[in-house]
Amino acid sequence: MTQRMALSELISSYIRAESTVYLAGFSHLIPFAAGHEIIRHGIKHLTLCRSTPDLLYDQMIAAGVAAKVVFSYAGNPGVGLLPAFRRAVETGGIVIEEYTHAEMVARLEAGAAGLPFWPVRAEDNDLTVQRPRASVVCPYSGTQIPVVPALNPDVTLIHVQRADEAGNLYMWGLPGEIKEAALAARTLVATAEEIVPADSARTDREHLIVPGFRVAAVAHAPYGAHPSYAAGLYERDTVLYQEWNRIARDTAQCNKWLDEWVRGVPDHAGYLAKRGVRYFERLALKGGHDRANES
Amino acid sequence: MPTSRDWMIIAAARLLQDGERVLVGVGVPNIAANLAKRLHAPGLVLVYESGVIDARPEKLPLSIGDGTLVEDALAVLPMYELFSHYLVRGWIDVGFLGAAQIDASGNLNSTVLGPYESPRVRLAGSGGAAEIATYAKRTIIVMEHDRNRFPAKVDFITSPGHPPGARRPDGRGPWRVVTSLGLFGFDEHGRMGVLALLPGHSYEEVLDMTGWRIPCLTDEFHYSPPIQPEEEAALAALRSTLTIGDQK
Repeated sequence: MTQRMALSELISSYIRAESTVYLAGFSHLIPFAAGHEIIRHGIKHLTLCRSTPDLLYDQMIAAGVAAKVVFSYAGNPGVGLLPAFRRAVETGGIVIEEYTHAEMVARLEAGAAGLPFWPVRAEDNDLTVQRPRASVVCPYSGTQIPVVPALNPDVTLIHVQRADEAGNLYMWGLPGEIKEAALAARTLVATAEEIVPADSARTDREHLIVPGFRVAAVAHAPYGAHPSYAAGLYERDTVLYQEWNRIARDTAQCNKWLDEWVRGVPDHAGYLAKRGVRYFERLALKGGHDRANES
Repeated sequence: MPTSRDWMIIAAARLLQDGERVLVGVGVPNIAANLAKRLHAPGLVLVYESGVIDARPEKLPLSIGDGTLVEDALAVLPMYELFSHYLVRGWIDVGFLGAAQIDASGNLNSTVLGPYESPRVRLAGSGGAAEIATYAKRTIIVMEHDRNRFPAKVDFITSPGHPPGARRPDGRGPWRVVTSLGLFGFDEHGRMGVLALLPGHSYEEVLDMTGWRIPCLTDEFHYSPPIQPEEEAALAALRSTLTIGDQK
């Protein structure tokens, strides 16, 4: 039975220091509200996994929550690099474990299927010099097949457009690796733009990404992906992505920003109130977010 | 007056043919592919590693996970499907990539400058590049040309090019490199050479900006035809749709 709870309670109940967490998404539906809540709770020594760590992981690294990052592309989408990540790697402040996208999503497939590894088609490169890739002998042809190890996050956290009270999760738009990351998790928790009565979204089955029985807890978080975007609801806040590129180059500026926009607000509702309704009207897509705004 | 960057974008766009399925990387390849689609290749199928198949973006997408790529796309697939079921199975005609460094064999580096364990500059990493560069039927690389970007040996091989001493036998791997100075190809030994120089640039300049003695592969040095008015107009129109960002 999926528990419905406030985001703050969800984070304190499910995210433990030193655990391996995956906040999923490829530019789309990035769980910013949940990531910021992790910062507010002061949880430390996390292993952060995602194929595409972006602004959110850069902020979490800057806030000191991460000991390690497992990834395949660490960039600020369309803008450049990730300054806090760069600084942490270049000064040895963080451990990295790096793959290609194809390897990273294959690791999730193995994790989701409960298998110890997944075969891949891949050539060697200098990543496999750094971290030699294992292989298995195909029992049918006798050929060597490269493999990657399963990735099973302790907790995967995803953000979706809609959940129902039974915890069924619905999303649309770019799926990225959200479903595979969700199913690879030992524990899956979610935030949702809106939570509708149980069974009321039943006919929307083509958007169901994970059935509620797989979901431990869900929290309501309107604009919970801001400044990334939620298809059909609101656009990406590209200005913030560009500003971060400037802010994050300087540690003091970085901390000032985190103090103002993350640590200095009590919770996600506080963040929304601090930005103000007008701010989000600019990003909202027509006909998109009326219902989520009401609650 | 068109800049070297304009030339690079237009020369790269001209290499894409109508109807091809092109897997488009971030940055300049993204601009060039969108330009080709608005000019001579309206049937170009734009594929992005985020899982987008046959994007028809109204605006120039800032990033490859943009909402504008999803609207009117034929499909948005999970990343796993795109890589496993399409790219590495040979369904992509052209890999269209940028990189921080390239060497004579077409090895690409998008991971680190300096040693991996203690990098001088930590870059974004492979993303899909390693598999795109090796499993697309052929690869086109687009990048600014300077000595740091064209070393004899890249600091880190993110995406392997041609093997030592030979071009890949099945046509895969680096096929063309388009830079701010010229157009480059690969000889039968899999070594990069000059195919043509962009207007205003000389072979001496290319030698000066390249970390190995890069040969000429043809006698026909000068890139043609000149930029056409419709190309210039389409590029300007495309850029005007990108209201913010330094990608232009």
